[in-house]
Amino acid sequence: MDMPKPNPTILARKSQLLDRLASFLPREALIHDPAETRAYECDGLTAYKCPPLAVVLPASTAEVSETLKICNDMGVPVVPRGAGTSLAGGALPTEDSVIIGVARMNEVLETDYDNRFIRVQTGRTNLSVTGAVEEEGFFYAPDPSSQLACAISGNIAMNSGGAHCLKYGVTTNNLMGVTMVLMDGTVTEIGGAHLDAEGLDLLGLICGSEGQLGIVTEATLRILHKPEGARPVLIGYDSSEVAGQCVSDIIKAGVLPVAIEFMDRPCIRATEAFAGAGYPDCEALLIVEVEGSDAEIDEQLETIMDIARKHDPVELRQSSSDDESKRIWLGRKSAFGAMGKINDYMCLDGTIPVNELPYVLKRIGEMSKEYGLDVANVFHAGDGNMHPLILFDANKEGDLELCEDLGADILRLCVEVGGCLTGEHGVGIEKRDLMLHQYDPPDLEIQMAVKDVFDPKWLLNPAKVFPLASSDTRRIAAE
Amino acid sequence: MKALAPTSEAELAEMVASASEPLRVMGSGTRPIGVPVNGQPLTTSGLSGVNLYEPGALTLVVQSGTPVEDVRKTLAKEGQRLAFEPMDHRGLLGTTGEPTIGGVFAANVSGPRRIQAGAARDFLLGVRFVDGQGQVTRNGGRVMKNVTGYDLVKLMAGSFGTLGVMTELALKVLPASHQTATITLSGLDDTTAVAALSRALGSPFEITGAAHRQTEDGPQTCLRIEGFEKSVAYRAGQLQTLLADLGTAEIETDPDANATLWQDIRDVACFHDGPGDVWRLSVKPSDAPGIKAQVDGAEALYDWGGGLVWLRVPQDTQADTIRATVNAAGGHATLIRGNRAGGVFQPLSPPIAALQDGLRARFDPRGILNPGLMGRAA
Ligand SMILES: Cc1cc2nc3c(=O)[nH]c(=O)nc-3n(C[C@H](O)[C@H](O)[C@@H](O)COP(=O)(O)OP(=O)(O)OC[C@H]3O[C@@H](n4cnc5c(N)ncnc54)[C@H](O)[C@@H]3O)c2cc1C
Ligand SMILES: Cc1cc2nc3c(=O)[nH]c(=O)nc-3n(C[C@H](O)[C@H](O)[C@H](O)COP(=O)(O)OP(=O)(O)OC[C@H]3O[C@@H](n4cnc5c(N)ncnc54)[C@H](O)[C@@H]3O)c2cc1C
Repeated sequence: MDMPKPNPTILARKSQLLDRLASFLPREALIHDPAETRAYECDGLTAYKCPPLAVVLPASTAEVSETLKICNDMGVPVVPRGAGTSLAGGALPTEDSVIIGVARMNEVLETDYDNRFIRVQTGRTNLSVTGAVEEEGFFYAPDPSSQLACAISGNIAMNSGGAHCLKYGVTTNNLMGVTMVLMDGTVTEIGGAHLDAEGLDLLGLICGSEGQLGIVTEATLRILHKPEGARPVLIGYDSSEVAGQCVSDIIKAGVLPVAIEFMDRPCIRATEAFAGAGYPDCEALLIVEVEGSDAEIDEQLETIMDIARKHDPVELRQSSSDDESKRIWLGRKSAFGAMGKINDYMCLDGTIPVNELPYVLKRIGEMSKEYGLDVANVFHAGDGNMHPLILFDANKEGDLELCEDLGADILRLCVEVGGCLTGEHGVGIEKRDLMLHQYDPPDLEIQMAVKDVFDPKWLLNPAKVFPLASSDTRRIAAE
Repeated sequence: MKALAPTSEAELAEMVASASEPLRVMGSGTRPIGVPVNGQPLTTSGLSGVNLYEPGALTLVVQSGTPVEDVRKTLAKEGQRLAFEPMDHRGLLGTTGEPTIGGVFAANVSGPRRIQAGAARDFLLGVRFVDGQGQVTRNGGRVMKNVTGYDLVKLMAGSFGTLGVMTELALKVLPASHQTATITLSGLDDTTAVAALSRALGSPFEITGAAHRQTEDGPQTCLRIEGFEKSVAYRAGQLQTLLADLGTAEIETDPDANATLWQDIRDVACFHDGPGDVWRLSVKPSDAPGIKAQVDGAEALYDWGGGLVWLRVPQDTQADTIRATVNAAGGHATLIRGNRAGGVFQPLSPPIAALQDGLRARFDPRGILNPGLMGRAA
């Protein structure tokens, strides 16, 4: 993975920079000891590492603003960071950059049940947002699997989603307002506790911009009352095509499940060996969950099971107790861990139109044979967000490169059938160089023009999202 | 002036590239928004038709000049709909013409179901557009989840033709519901009504419409629920119980009566006839009754549980009067009908205005797309 060479002028001025930062930051908020900055050398994509020049952990929007002013003034690149769980290298630092991490900013600023929102500092973890309102029966809907650890800041930057986003949408559909600090230190307020912000939809633009337009320090989030109950059904088929058809038919019938999850045989076998959830050994397995009161759940599941039966399932198991529900979800929830137990793997994140599911699964199977690397599939079928897991041996010479090539081929396939390179993990550095497969140069040009407006010197989260060759002239001009 | 009416994206691109004067971007071409744009009209009416419809994937790809009515009919054949329920402004503004799907998204027009389903912008998956230089660009795609690069799709939604002329839109559609019921409480004052709507929206009973309006029979506070038959009956009963201390709620399940009721709310039918300026306020629901009370002679229709307030005020009420009350509470006000001298859109804070101007200057460096609209000086 190519990264731009560190700027020697910045490295040479390190002590001056540290002095300026230390002049207003409390001791514990500034980290520059190489032994300590190492903790920040990568995010969840651990294949690439580089310790930053320094790490700043501010306690307030004012401190973020002050830090940015100094970095902007001295031309120092800044990498925003939440909890560091990104899987795309979105929070990977460079040698000449300062990380600004919002982890210490984790307060709840306001909860308003009448108007159904919560305002938090963005270092707060996703799950603890729900934690703050669940006593009153409310929850925050977007639920990435990393929700115990990941921060709202990272969720906003990556526009994260989770298993329940089929019904509740992803971050952008649940975000009402932010406080964001621009690279020059200007503090902006966008949106708020009202729906539909005024002017151009800057909120929609910021969500998913991967920390390249500003540092988000506070967020107003929509909260919802929890449903009365939820219950899954497990459906097994001996063909992926049939399972794909079943997904499509369920969606067309007008039931709106909260989740439709899909696992293929390699994945089912691995999780069975690991978690023993009692899954059938079949080609494709669906977990469909619906919500509501008991009677409502019965009514929806009846419809779903009728549809499932028409396709001749090898297994059809409706949960009849909380315990059974947990068991049905157990395998799905431990899928990634199970795969990790038997192999090194690389997790992809492409999205495809749901009706292309059978074809894409077939092609992935063929490509897997061509490359001689196994691929297991587990994904959010309701919205076509696939997570093919490519199994490889990290200790074997050349296997990682082979794996990366296969990964790129699979993502290109997703784009070919009308899908996209990333559904929820983001581009980061990981998919940066594939961007030209989805977008033509003018499409990228106008996206980069947006960055010009927010961050004219191109200092925020450098070398992410756009292919280096495409952003070259801008980055060099800015130096 | 005769309108430019390209029949293909390439032709449109060519027209924009060679334009030497400002363009007034339009859908159907009969309805100026905001301060009228002084420029050569350019209509997308020649760009019409469905390019791709996959009911099983809940996606529809259409050209921007397609009449909303055509989209509605196409979807209805498969039992689907535009879940964000775009309003029809013709009655309120006394205009004629055929609203286009491009105009709906360019203005981010969402109706009552916005509180549960989301706004128009939440259903736009991808766009193709021609920017102010005549360059064709695309963003997003036709899948539900996509975080590949910046989300310019959201930016284009609600940009009122100031950043580019959209040519093709990929939409997420949803199945129509099987059954609808409306639970109505009568005689509540505004504050009690908004509190009742909040209580209902804070329940697990999935409300898809929450409005408070004045009728000849007095005030009505209405809650809509949709879904399968048994579920609708169950939730209607639960809501009746939840609100029992405020009176006995009537339950309406007749499909036609429900359709009319919510269409009237969606299209602000109560303000169609008679004089007066009409403002559209986006505020925190609990602030809504207080804001209305501060404007002399104001009548209100509350939608979105109180978060969307339609105010009818005596003709030529100062824009500043309305804006001051909204500003104090947080939120914004747009003039929909009336004298535009005081400005149509909410003035933005200086840093936000600077970002907005910066974006417009990048997308449209010559300043020819709807100049003067959305706050920027012509
Ligand atoms: C805040 C607000 C204010 C409104 N004010 C008015 C009003 O004063 N008068 C009125 O008649 N309606 C108004 N509307 C209604 C809205 O314009 C209609 O709902 C819309 O459907 C009209 O469709 P149309 O095809 O006639 O669009 P038009 O009325 O022709 O255009 C609507 C807006 O969208 C832009 N536009 C249209 N098509 C495209 C495209 N393909 N690409 C880019 N931009 C495009 C236009 O430049 C214009 O700014 C308003 C809506 C909102 C949300
Ligand atoms: C086991 C596991 C499961 C996962 N499951 C899911 C899943 O189901 N769905 C999903 O969507 N993702 C998932 N992820 C990916 C990851 O958790 C999400 O992308 C998450 O939102 C990242 O949050 P973070 O706080 O860790 O951000 P970080 O990794 O710290 O940063 C991510 C990006 O956000 C930017 N950023 C951080 N803070 C700010 C800020 N204050 N202002 C501006 N930009 C900022 C960073 O620069 C970087 O580009 C998973 C990750 C793991 C490890």
